[in-house]
Amino acid sequence: MAIPLKYSIRSLLARRMTMILTVFGITLVVFVFTAVLMLATGLQKTLVGSGIDENAIVIRESSNTEIQSFITRYQAGVIQTLPDIALNADGQSMVTGEVVALISKNRRDNSRPGNIMVRGIQPMSLSVHKDINLTSGRIFEFGQTEIIVGKRIAERFQGCGLGETVTFGMTDWKVVGIFETGGSSFESEIWGDVEQFLPALGRPVFSSMTFRLKDPAQFSQVRDRVKSDPRMTVDLKREKQYYDDQSRQTATFIRVLGIVISVVFSLGAIIGAMITMYAAVANRTREIATMRALGFQRPSILLGFLTESIVISLVGGALGLLAASSLQLLRVSTINWDTFSDLTFDFALTPNIVVTVIIFSLIMGLLGGFLPAVRASRIKIIEALRAE
Amino acid sequence: MWVLRLILRNTGRHKLRTILTILGLAVATMSFVVIRTLISSWYASAEVIPPNRLVTRNAVSLVFGLPLAYEDKIKRVEGVESVGRGNWFGGLYNNDPKNFFANFAVGPEAYLDMYSEFVLPPEQRADYFNTKNGAVAGRRLADRFGWKIGDIIRLTGQIYPGDWEFVLKGIYKGSQQGVDENSFIFHWEYFDERIKQTFPEMGGEAGWFLVKISNPKQAAGIGAAIDDIFKNSPAQTLTETEKEFSLNFLAMMDSLIAGLTIMSYLIIGVILLVLVNTMAMSARERMSEYAVLKTLGFKTYHISGLIVGESLLLAGVGGVLGVLLTYPVLDGISRALQGFFSGFAMNSLTVILSAVFMVVVGILAAIFPVYRALRLSIVEGLRHVG
Amino acid sequence: MPAIVKISNLSKSYRRDSIRIPVLENINLEVEAGDFLALMGPSGSGKTTLLNMIGGIDKPSAGDVFVGDVPIHRLSDAALATWRARHVGFVFQFYNLMPVLTAFENVELPLLLTRLSKTERRKHVELALSIVGLQDRINHYPRQLSGGQEQRVAIARALVTDPTLILADEPTGDLDKNSAEEVMTLLSQLNSQHGKTIIVVTHDPRAADKARSHRNLDKGELA
Repeated sequence: MAIPLKYSIRSLLARRMTMILTVFGITLVVFVFTAVLMLATGLQKTLVGSGIDENAIVIRESSNTEIQSFITRYQAGVIQTLPDIALNADGQSMVTGEVVALISKNRRDNSRPGNIMVRGIQPMSLSVHKDINLTSGRIFEFGQTEIIVGKRIAERFQGCGLGETVTFGMTDWKVVGIFETGGSSFESEIWGDVEQFLPALGRPVFSSMTFRLKDPAQFSQVRDRVKSDPRMTVDLKREKQYYDDQSRQTATFIRVLGIVISVVFSLGAIIGAMITMYAAVANRTREIATMRALGFQRPSILLGFLTESIVISLVGGALGLLAASSLQLLRVSTINWDTFSDLTFDFALTPNIVVTVIIFSLIMGLLGGFLPAVRASRIKIIEALRAE
Repeated sequence: MWVLRLILRNTGRHKLRTILTILGLAVATMSFVVIRTLISSWYASAEVIPPNRLVTRNAVSLVFGLPLAYEDKIKRVEGVESVGRGNWFGGLYNNDPKNFFANFAVGPEAYLDMYSEFVLPPEQRADYFNTKNGAVAGRRLADRFGWKIGDIIRLTGQIYPGDWEFVLKGIYKGSQQGVDENSFIFHWEYFDERIKQTFPEMGGEAGWFLVKISNPKQAAGIGAAIDDIFKNSPAQTLTETEKEFSLNFLAMMDSLIAGLTIMSYLIIGVILLVLVNTMAMSARERMSEYAVLKTLGFKTYHISGLIVGESLLLAGVGGVLGVLLTYPVLDGISRALQGFFSGFAMNSLTVILSAVFMVVVGILAAIFPVYRALRLSIVEGLRHVG
Repeated sequence: MPAIVKISNLSKSYRRDSIRIPVLENINLEVEAGDFLALMGPSGSGKTTLLNMIGGIDKPSAGDVFVGDVPIHRLSDAALATWRARHVGFVFQFYNLMPVLTAFENVELPLLLTRLSKTERRKHVELALSIVGLQDRINHYPRQLSGGQEQRVAIARALVTDPTLILADEPTGDLDKNSAEEVMTLLSQLNSQHGKTIIVVTHDPRAADKARSHRNLDKGELA
């Protein structure tokens, strides 16, 4: 016969102070753990959100990012004339060549420099890339020294607001618009006309090319065909995959560091739970013996005490999740170690994280409660009843 | 003395609880010290940079180079002792991104000499300069991959494609703790020659110039003077001290550092919770004993002393154990995250800070039990049969 | 014989949720020096409360308590603590020894509040333990002793400071018949051979037999 849950919960409430302390400890641990997972996921979401599955990006072989890449004129010509590129409503092929570079600008908050990714685009880029929306101002005019600035950059860097002027490559660029892209990493970039950027940045050729596939399922065939030309020393990646790779190093760093810290952290909480549960068992020796005398089996006693510690850990876990979910209002900016550019992203809470965190709390409760519960179930009736 | 004896025996009453508490405190202190050491190690590598070195780079971006002709012009600026050039190479050892480490081409000879904090035996130094594709690696880096002098090291270029082979001719040590021992450097001349063969449009440029000045106090003035020369050229320069340059780089990830710092304080919170819990439990069980002591005529300060003493003892033992645990853990981390850290300098401030926190935590954890013990009326306490 | 304890018009009541619960009403009591008084009465009669008041661990709601010439009802908590250390020895029903201290250390405990040197303390403790007949149990911990032995250690602790008064609250309440007999005999010897003034609270008539004088409390009033 199992011990009713009511009994476990009332027993917890009887030692309120200790229970609250223990719950609070688990709350702290879960908060940190959740925050770290949310941070890494947020970073990935922001970058991956920049890519579309139907798009393919072309970069130089063995360069992992656009920053290190360049596409020769011959290569650009081959890509532009691929038969696998989708056409837009006007019958133009949806392919674009772009140039990217890092420029250094001072931050608004501490006047220290940060690296901003600038991207020279072609008119077609606006339809090849995902949902680009202007929040204020207008799109730059091709052929002019005008730029539009991602809203994260506009907020964060000096001189990057609407109507201000950004100077690089011996040229003053007028900010005529601020854009957003639904939270993707493009919001941490500055865009202008590629034909203006190339000479200003001293670049003779495109950094990368992106095109929309006519048939996304044909991606690997297209890639293999392009690469069969020995002069095509390029890599083709699905755009989504490309951006996923870009987030890998920083996200992994955050995750590994965070998980190591959380595990160490959780040791503290597990020990706290163990102390609490051992004390509970010691204080209730007689009570336990009475229950055994009433006919409860050892496994029921074990389960009863485990239930108590699991209740503690789940309540703590829920509170920690709740506290961490408020972090979604926060925005984090840091350097992306794959591109060395400044990147702004949000803490992202996903169902996956929620499940992981609940399992994590359960494990803490089980680990903290198991040994004390075993001790409780081993109590000998006769001796315990005599104990005062 | 008898108080101490009583405290010691009291902590021995619930051995399991005492052990668990100390363990909890030790683990938490350990993570506090580890996190703070990680952070201070990042800064430490900037701290040990001598103040007499400036870096001149392209004002627009590090990605762009500077014309070589700038070197002579910089040399002529008053207060400048010597100038060298460097280029980030960005090669991967065995073409595996996990093998990341800093590798760059530097020249001429003066560049290496400016790095007074890199200690290289004279014969290795001579060997290096006599070998066209010679290279020098930091001690930690060499240890990490088991390199020995004379080994051939193959790097795969990411910025400059192709496989590059170098002969390891020297292994340098840092002159003090905190000096980066994870770098790999080779001859700029060799680098430029090969680039010109394969990518003519990319050669003939310096990634940055390293400028040694005679008086560190003039750093700002000299920096401005250099930047002034190139004000109206296509490639404007930005000159700052190497230290400032490193700190600026750290500032780019300041939100991560801030997050870690917050976490380190949350850990103190966990320590506090564990100890408060234990002390509250112990004190509750001993209420009748406190009542007896009061009956016998013991004063408030005797009883508070007992409780605070026990709390401090637990915090102290846990803290010391935690700091000791830090050493093997840091060792493990530096092995796991090679390339990110150039050795750990445990900051004395961190140790002092953890000591202070332990004392504060010890006292805070005692407050509630002391309050209860002092408020306890003897008559109540005696009824509380233990 | 002069009166060593003088209680006049003493009342004590507790408050529970704004209801006043009287425990002792208008008590007048004198105890002569050298007396061995048994305070008797059924449980709830207030005898322990009265004893606590005499020992200065509880305070009257009204009335005076003089021990020697000291008006202890007027002393502050700190002054009371000092006074207790010097003048009162307590014996409790459940012995209340410190479980982490040996018999010797338990008896030594009150002496730590005096200025006695370590050797003097040792002498006093050994003397006290020999009076209660436990000189061979010096280094035993309470859990290694029987109930009767524990209570004798407690008595040694009560007399080691050579107090004016020894107060015992149901000292035999937790003991078997033989041990109870031994403890009461010991107390009566302390009274007769060492001249100690002793007040014992008990509801056990057999224990009370050893006392010289008897008073009965019932429903908060002295009979």
